[in-house]
Amino acid sequence: MIIANNVTKQFGKLKALNDFSVECHSGACISLIGPNGSGKTTFIKSVLGMIIPDSGFITFNNQNIDKDCTYRSNIGYMPQIGRYPDNMSIGQVIDLMKEIRMNNGTISLDEDLLNAFQIQKITDKKMCTLSGGTRQKVSAVLAFLFNPSVLILDEPTAGLDPVASEILKEKITLEKHREKLILITSHILSDLDELVNEVIFMQEGKLIFHKEVEELKLETGEKMLGKVIANVMSKN
Amino acid sequence: MYKIIKYILTDILRNKIIIAYILVLLSISLSIFALEDNVNKGLLSLLNLILIVLPLFSIIFSTIYLYNSSEFIELILSQPIKRKIIWIGFSFGLSIALSIAFILSIALPILIFVHTLSALMIVIVGLLLTNIFVAVALFACVKIRDKARGIGVAIILWMYFSLLFDALILFLLFQFNDYPIEKPMIVISSFNPIDLARVLVLLQLDESAMMGYTGAIFKEYFGTKLGMSISVFILTTWYTIPLYFSNKQFDKKDL
Repeated sequence: MIIANNVTKQFGKLKALNDFSVECHSGACISLIGPNGSGKTTFIKSVLGMIIPDSGFITFNNQNIDKDCTYRSNIGYMPQIGRYPDNMSIGQVIDLMKEIRMNNGTISLDEDLLNAFQIQKITDKKMCTLSGGTRQKVSAVLAFLFNPSVLILDEPTAGLDPVASEILKEKITLEKHREKLILITSHILSDLDELVNEVIFMQEGKLIFHKEVEELKLETGEKMLGKVIANVMSKN
Repeated sequence: MYKIIKYILTDILRNKIIIAYILVLLSISLSIFALEDNVNKGLLSLLNLILIVLPLFSIIFSTIYLYNSSEFIELILSQPIKRKIIWIGFSFGLSIALSIAFILSIALPILIFVHTLSALMIVIVGLLLTNIFVAVALFACVKIRDKARGIGVAIILWMYFSLLFDALILFLLFQFNDYPIEKPMIVISSFNPIDLARVLVLLQLDESAMMGYTGAIFKEYFGTKLGMSISVFILTTWYTIPLYFSNKQFDKKDL
């Protein structure tokens, strides 16, 4: 579904993505792993068209994304740090997103998280008064709301309390069984254990490997994802 | 695009600063006409307000608004909306909102009290200046990432257009007064929309005492009609060119 071909992006002297190529297909739950500053968020933002690569290209369902923007209606994105206009209330943000997304046909809304996080109770709150965790909840609700076929989650569980974190993980598992493509970055590898079935490992903007979790477990002889990755990293 | 324009318009017009700005300018323009029995004198006093306050407010407000909207831009950029539409939505939203503010605060009193062609000309010039400085602010914002630097640049640009430019013209005039520099001066004066706007109004009012050097040249070389159409043309390019380049720049900006 998402194919990146030799994508390179440079910020000043730093190469955030260096000749990065990868293929992601639906039904996979892929974890992007790598040290800080290895280009994970840059890759995600390039897929969303927020960052424009210096060279190389990305396709979504065999369509080059640089000319088109309609493909984004198939993506639910939960940013690392959700930034919202301060003077809007939660309800207004959700309504605005509905207005923007609804004009191309009617989409069935997925309000599971909206109910699970009990957002209705606080729809009148202004975005600037929200705590970091509540912001994350709003981001999660918006990412799942329009039933997209691709979910891109950048550090989804960071800042969430244990209860919300469990709710979100359950929701991700549910979506995984619906043959959706899910991309997750997280540094809390124990969170990912039950979720992911493929791993993309990046370092300094380069793809080190893209393998299935089972294959990695066999190679290293470890059972937990955290140990598997630690094992691989020490070998590199 | 209409959704974005609608959102920005309602957001700006609810803003307390805009409301205060409208009320202050409205009371100034009303009191000028109330105190002055010669309406043309009133027009000239308002002209100074338009040439100095309007560009300043327009450029500073737009810059700050755009920097404060960076979250909103980020939010809608991950949605299925074209970048061009987002940017055009922002520029039109700002232009329309500030034009409405100008119309309510200055244009309306002028058109109520004065029924001459000069009054209409001042209103047109005010609208042009408002929109030109919105476009300049858009260009500065898209070029500069840092908020403090962006606002600083906006203030410097305004200072250049309204204060430094005149000093520059005088300097050139004294340095090169042995040479025939009238023609180059016409070209140079088109680098400043505020100066052009002043010339435009004074050509219409025919107040040669206030026309200044560039105004006199315009009148001498083009006569009133042609001079006016040329300055209107240059003023519109002052709006379209920054808008075009800011749009192009935003298209490839990383957010």
